[in-house]
Amino acid sequence: MAEKVLMKGNEAIAESAIRAGCRFFFGYPITPQTELAAYMAKRMPKENGTYLQAESEIAAINMVYGAASAGARVMTSSSSPGISLKSEGVSYIAGSDLPCLIINIERGGPGLGSIQPSQSDYWQATRALGHGDFQMVVYAPSTVQEMADLTYGAFDVADKYRTPVMILGDGMLGQMMEPVALPEPRTSLPEKPWATTGHKNERTKNITNSLYLDAELLEKSNRERYERYDVIKATEQRSEQVDCDDADIVVVAFGASSRIARSAVRAAREQGIKAGLFRPITLWPFPVDALKQTVGKAKAYLSVEMNMGQMVDDVRLVVEGNAPVEFYGRVGGVIPTPAEVLEKIRQINEGLGE
Amino acid sequence: MEEMRIVFAGFGGQGLLFAGKVVAYAGLIEDREVSWLPSYGPEMRGGTANCSVTLSDEPIGSPLIMDPNNLIAMNQPSLLKFENEVTPGGRIFVDTSLVNRLPERTDVEVYALEATNMAEEAELKGLANIVLVGKMLKETSFCAPETIEAAIRKAVPARKAALIEKNLKALKLGMEA
Repeated sequence: MAEKVLMKGNEAIAESAIRAGCRFFFGYPITPQTELAAYMAKRMPKENGTYLQAESEIAAINMVYGAASAGARVMTSSSSPGISLKSEGVSYIAGSDLPCLIINIERGGPGLGSIQPSQSDYWQATRALGHGDFQMVVYAPSTVQEMADLTYGAFDVADKYRTPVMILGDGMLGQMMEPVALPEPRTSLPEKPWATTGHKNERTKNITNSLYLDAELLEKSNRERYERYDVIKATEQRSEQVDCDDADIVVVAFGASSRIARSAVRAAREQGIKAGLFRPITLWPFPVDALKQTVGKAKAYLSVEMNMGQMVDDVRLVVEGNAPVEFYGRVGGVIPTPAEVLEKIRQINEGLGE
Repeated sequence: MEEMRIVFAGFGGQGLLFAGKVVAYAGLIEDREVSWLPSYGPEMRGGTANCSVTLSDEPIGSPLIMDPNNLIAMNQPSLLKFENEVTPGGRIFVDTSLVNRLPERTDVEVYALEATNMAEEAELKGLANIVLVGKMLKETSFCAPETIEAAIRKAVPARKAALIEKNLKALKLGMEA
């Protein structure tokens, strides 16, 4: 394995993207993703790549649209308010069936909110970031190593299904340093026969388009996209489970809050409470199949999030009323403590005897 | 080994993030679980730039330390802000060149040294941070002495390699204090 180095989550994403063959980065500065763009500005020219700070987020995402059309591995990164500005472009990219990577290092909201960590863009990321019927694969890393690994793989998933892919991190994961072993640089990339690279009178022309004035054609295009989504749902769900097999209480948490939940679950076990951690790694597709295996066994669920309660909806859709699903969250940039989560687990555990 | 939950706090420019990085690298070299988290919010403008470093043998939950067992305080506002967060039995390392009030707690170990003056007298201006790391190493043995040297070599950027020797001297100064 490669030697481990200390890197910030933001930097690990950037380096891993370059190693995955990404040679185009378009962005606009915002805290707390700053180091990601700064790293790209330093590294991209050395790899004969393009780093461009656009005049706005809207310009940046449309540059991504262009580079993706031409078949390049391309990405942009931002934080919550900047992602909202990019949403129109993301809808166009999805409507044109183009692959790209979008990083959201979330901060508190709504509005300008704060610059402190948050997970309050879960709905935005998983329910379609923009107008129209579309979804995109969303990964939620919980360590710097996972930020590197998921970024590396995200480009392959984007290319395979011709879809935008998002890495949903937050200010804590972006800013923190942990040891990370970086993946080996890609030596070859997939062919993209659909790319708009100039037909040179040698093939039929390729067109990037999301406009269908014929209703039936647009319906057909939507249906075809959703057939691909079915394949993604069947094959791309990812999750991790810790001590869920005999758990009375399954704590569900992703990203930064899963780290806190993990500590709380460990402390609960030490007190003799049968708690387990279920950690979605893909937020879309939500790891329905794996979570379903706990339904009927677990007596209660607790969703822990840094928002007012968003993923808890997805947990309830899986649990389908078979057990109570509770929620604990902190917002505005406040990070929940393991002690707070443990207290909530204890309360639920006491209620189980009744 | 003892889990080290260290808060490094002081003014921006005192090298607290760097000191934290040195300790984090020491953990990396000894193959422990490591996390390093800087404060990046508006508190940076309020006189208490700080970072949290955890070295552990268990996977680390929150990298944000709310209950440090070690505090390095390099100015008065930082001592005021973090003194009461240190767990009982923990340690507070204070740079008394810059802090004219010692911690009031009696349930923690207090190590007071004039780190900034010591560094300046030894012509190691700006390395009070590493003097304090040396002192913390002496009092806690959080890693092997050769590990911290290797960590300094890793943490100092290549273009500033000339500073490695000075850092090692500052470390020694703290370890002998």
